[in-house]
Amino acid sequence: MPETLVFGKPTALTEVPTHYCPGCTHGVIHRLVAEVLDELDLTRRTVGIAPVGCSVLAYNYFATDFHEASHGRAPAVATGIKRARPDLIVFSYQGDGDLASIGLSEVLHCANRGEKVTVIFVNNAIYGMTGGQMAPTTMPGQVATTCPLGRDVEQAGYPIRIAELISTLRTPAFVARASVHSPLHAVHAKEMIRRAFRCQKEGRCFSLVEVLSTCPTNWGIPPAESLTWLEQHMLPYYPLGVFKTPEGPDRAPLPLFGGA
Amino acid sequence: MAKKLMKGAEAMGEAAIQAGCRLFFGYPITPQNEIPEYMSARLPQVGGTFVQAESEVAASNMIYGAAGAGERVLTSSSSPGISLMMEGLSYIAGSELPVVVINIMRAGPGLGGILPAQGDYFQATKGGGHGDYRCLVLAPWSVQEAADLVQDAFDLADYYRNPVLILGDGLIGQMMEPVEFKADRRPCKPLAPKTWASTGWKGDRPRAIINSLFLDPEALERHNQKLAAKYAAMERDEKRVAEVGTDGQYEVLVVAYGTVARVVYTALDDLRQAGVRAAMVRPVSLFPFPYEAVRRAAEKAKAVLVAELSTGQMIEDVRLAVEGRVPVHFIGRQGGMLLTPEDIAARVRELAAGEGSHA
Repeated sequence: MPETLVFGKPTALTEVPTHYCPGCTHGVIHRLVAEVLDELDLTRRTVGIAPVGCSVLAYNYFATDFHEASHGRAPAVATGIKRARPDLIVFSYQGDGDLASIGLSEVLHCANRGEKVTVIFVNNAIYGMTGGQMAPTTMPGQVATTCPLGRDVEQAGYPIRIAELISTLRTPAFVARASVHSPLHAVHAKEMIRRAFRCQKEGRCFSLVEVLSTCPTNWGIPPAESLTWLEQHMLPYYPLGVFKTPEGPDRAPLPLFGGA
Repeated sequence: MAKKLMKGAEAMGEAAIQAGCRLFFGYPITPQNEIPEYMSARLPQVGGTFVQAESEVAASNMIYGAAGAGERVLTSSSSPGISLMMEGLSYIAGSELPVVVINIMRAGPGLGGILPAQGDYFQATKGGGHGDYRCLVLAPWSVQEAADLVQDAFDLADYYRNPVLILGDGLIGQMMEPVEFKADRRPCKPLAPKTWASTGWKGDRPRAIINSLFLDPEALERHNQKLAAKYAAMERDEKRVAEVGTDGQYEVLVVAYGTVARVVYTALDDLRQAGVRAAMVRPVSLFPFPYEAVRRAAEKAKAVLVAELSTGQMIEDVRLAVEGRVPVHFIGRQGGMLLTPEDIAARVRELAAGEGSHA
């Protein structure tokens, strides 16, 4: 019987081994994005934008044209590429320090202008590449190198919920949060990523998928336990689901006096 | 095309469109708002795109993206906004992308004022942002020259894959003069297809990675040296200078750029009628700086006078050019105050008479 290849690497990934730490879920998320690009037949007209952070070298791993952005500016770079070449599929891949801290202005305005780009936002609740500093997404009480006694919400406030924040805007087409801490969740995450890229393929405006991710190295938790830690500590604060769809309404305030 | 009366800011915008630029990203700041306003109205008429960015930081990264995708792109701003763009410009220089940036300088430092000044010379010509890089810098003195230099800037940017800065001031932006756009204009440099641009990888060329990250120090040093070779080629081939009266005999050489050179030009007229012999060298390219032209002209004078709307920035390059052969003096105004022809003529008279020996 002749051999038939039933499973392989997506063509949107290169053969370069990643530099990610053992147990880091960046690799899973890279693969999900690459599978979606292949399945939607977008790989050959895609330009990605790498952030500053652990995924700074993403251009080595995706087999598409790529830009390396300065810290937090990937959505501005994406704007420039997409406005220059509307025929391209443009996505940024950003971590939580990059997007939720230094790049908050760029992602908000990119979303609000309705740029026809897709943002993959990887939230692992910490700065990874610089060595485990507190991020805007770090959980209350979570220890980081710049909050050695744990995040003090009196000093640093509560973690930013990006999917919720972006979904308050009228313009974006699709905003969702997913996680990759279990195979089942990864399947759901892929579906969210697929819907985001489909929006762009259909010419709809801005789409963003926040993906909860682990950082065993900087959390100081072994890889398998990190998955549990994510589930126990991040999921209750960062609920999964779709926050905005192309048809979705504005967020309406609750009525002041009772309800209808 | 017939001559048309245009405001400098609009002429520069139109020049960009004539040069094939179809993309503008920028953020409002006085005194250059007429450029984005003109582009917002004009670009849609020619199938182009205008985006008002959320900040100059974002605008500088948008032009990075657009240039990386292989399209001609323009931004404009004024001094404080240009400071914010230094992030993007450093990455653009490091990634070797062609962009054109117009700086309509205002008085500083800090928020400063909104009136014309030349206080950004150091920032423009010595790099500006972090790291070891140079922008090609062109300084027009008239609306026509501004339009011509903007068109050339796009060719130079593409040829060298390097940011080109147009350094003007509020006077250049606001004044109206006749401008002509030549229908048969040819590019000032030979232009190659942008095979390096990120346009979607189909396997028929190496992948386009628009990038300034080199974690291997040996690779980064090679990259730095490649950039240095490019800047050396600019210094060899792209010096631009205008001279007034340097073929005759003179006591005093005045060096000035941009609108200040117009004031000097008027002063030279007055001095000639009064029998005082003076000449002017006007650097048009500030990087590369025309050192040889300044040195040659200075050697015939007994004194050099540098006139700037700053406390003295270009004077450092003039001193490097003159190498101590002739005393170099300075006259300047700051804060948005302007030099008058009378100010300059009076100082030239002193120097011609051998007074004012201390700079």
